[in-house]
Amino acid sequence: MIDGFPPALVLIGGAVLAALLRGRPRDAVFLLAPLLTLWVVWQVPDGVIVTTEFLGYTIAPLQGSPLGRLFATIFAIVAFVATLFALRQAKWYELTAAHLYAAGAIGVCFAGDLITLFLFWELMVVFSTIVVWCGGGADARAAGIRYAIIHLLGGVILKVGIEGIKTHTGSIELQPIPLDTFSGWMVLIGVLVNVAAPPLSAWIADAYPKSSPTGSVFLSAFTTKTGVLALILLFPGESVLIPIGLFMIFYGIVYALLENDVRRILAYAIVNQVGFMVCAVGIGTELALNGAAAHAFAHVAGKALLFMTAGVVVYRTGENLCSNLGGLYRTMPVTAVCGIVGAMAIASLPLTSGFTSQVMITEAAMLEGTMAIYLLLTAASAGVFLYAGIRFPWLVFFQTGSGRGTQDAPWNMSIAMIVMAAVCILLGVFPGPLYELLPYSTEYVPYTASKVIFYLQLLLFSGLAYLLLRPWLQRSATVTLDIDWLWRRGLPWLWLASARLIEVVRERATREVFDLGRRIGARLLAVLGPYGALGRSWQIGTTALWVALMLTLYVMLYYV
Amino acid sequence: MSRRVWWGFTILLAITVLAELVFPVDGRLDVDGWFGYAAVFGFAAGMVLILVVNLLGRLLGRPDGYYDD
Repeated sequence: MIDGFPPALVLIGGAVLAALLRGRPRDAVFLLAPLLTLWVVWQVPDGVIVTTEFLGYTIAPLQGSPLGRLFATIFAIVAFVATLFALRQAKWYELTAAHLYAAGAIGVCFAGDLITLFLFWELMVVFSTIVVWCGGGADARAAGIRYAIIHLLGGVILKVGIEGIKTHTGSIELQPIPLDTFSGWMVLIGVLVNVAAPPLSAWIADAYPKSSPTGSVFLSAFTTKTGVLALILLFPGESVLIPIGLFMIFYGIVYALLENDVRRILAYAIVNQVGFMVCAVGIGTELALNGAAAHAFAHVAGKALLFMTAGVVVYRTGENLCSNLGGLYRTMPVTAVCGIVGAMAIASLPLTSGFTSQVMITEAAMLEGTMAIYLLLTAASAGVFLYAGIRFPWLVFFQTGSGRGTQDAPWNMSIAMIVMAAVCILLGVFPGPLYELLPYSTEYVPYTASKVIFYLQLLLFSGLAYLLLRPWLQRSATVTLDIDWLWRRGLPWLWLASARLIEVVRERATREVFDLGRRIGARLLAVLGPYGALGRSWQIGTTALWVALMLTLYVMLYYV
Repeated sequence: MSRRVWWGFTILLAITVLAELVFPVDGRLDVDGWFGYAAVFGFAAGMVLILVVNLLGRLLGRPDGYYDD
């Protein structure tokens, strides 16, 4: 009976039911819904399962595929672990919104056409915005509005592209879209907004840190990785994605190294890691696409773990800035160990999930013979270790700091972090089961002595550079300008400057018009007023003289 | 950072390089098979990135609360 049931509906039903319940039954529904969803995900066979008519379109809201199943699996796992993490700290409406957000992401995984994809895409936008707002306060409200504007704009661009493709080809099937039409580019741009590609990449570092310590765990998992899934489905092998991905990689490294806010570092790290995936999709070989999918899977786990540890730190200390943290390993050992595991996973250290997935991407670039891309990706791996492998754990858990006498994570948060840390290590030590789920069959062997030694040298010597030049990266309480300066400062400044200019022009024009009116009035008054030449009373004799002169003039002109 | 940690880290670095004597790195390009290539490349990449970040930090850094005014 369950065969062919849309997994997204399980989460949606669970979220609605949980909203109607109270106390332990609600907690139970919140926890069971993602687990049931995970089971249902694995009951969906390959191929189109359901088709229906919707607004004149024949859509396929349920289509099974290995790639969709892979993404849906990690989405459901993270939804469960993040729910456990948030269960006793988050408000019920935040968890409800987060589950509906996750339902959107899982719906995209099983979408069989562009319209279904778009509908679940927008479901994500709506409920992820609510998750941002659940951060509370004016900052979260403003960031949520900016987040919603950018994603709704991306949605409009995506819809324009989809309509164009429907008009020109008559098909809304999910298949690779060539970039030889305006519509194809619109779809690509719409998807790139979700993966935080330039120039609209700043929304991620703007919005995610403003959410609650629990909400940011959900936010880190779904939006960007759903975008990666869409890129794999729609634009595999599009070479334009390679420079975009490389830009994202180095942009993420630079800003993560500059940043002082603990969750903003992680937000930029998302851009950096998604850049690897975007670049791999651009390379487009089977190994590269497998690498992109595997890295998305591994990254969801690793980044959720890091956002959990950061969430615990923020929750316990109330501090967001690294410059106010430090020394927490003494008082928060569980959080510190889990944070270090997550950091090593993101830094792709051997025996962690990041290694077994990222080496596939780097090797794909090497096998393709694109030496420059290979060298840049290798340099980027060293760069990631700088901020993720050393800087993040150093600033948060070590460096000179009091530790603030705070407690470690509550039990539910601790269990969630330990589970996700175990996932990161298991994926690193036993990557075989993950490789079996990849879209293309692979015999890839990540662990050879050569690769391990190469990456250990690369990462650890990069770490040496950091330790030697650490004073150069000392951060005070500062923010780093990003592209969002344009709409957070630039546009308001332009608006105020324009308003001031208009006001000055209006005042000047008003003054000039009044002056002109006054001068004309005075002149007219001088001529037509009671004492003017034409207005004053004339004596009868003078009038008769003027009449005689005028008549004489008329007679003379008549005979000329 | 304590002297003991520095020594430990230095030994770790040395082991990763010396291990190449026993397990040569199988470079696919000419240069990446050279002895200690990844160590030099990783160190150089780290240095360059830190220098770039330092410069950009001076250029793009603003006081905290810059957007709150």
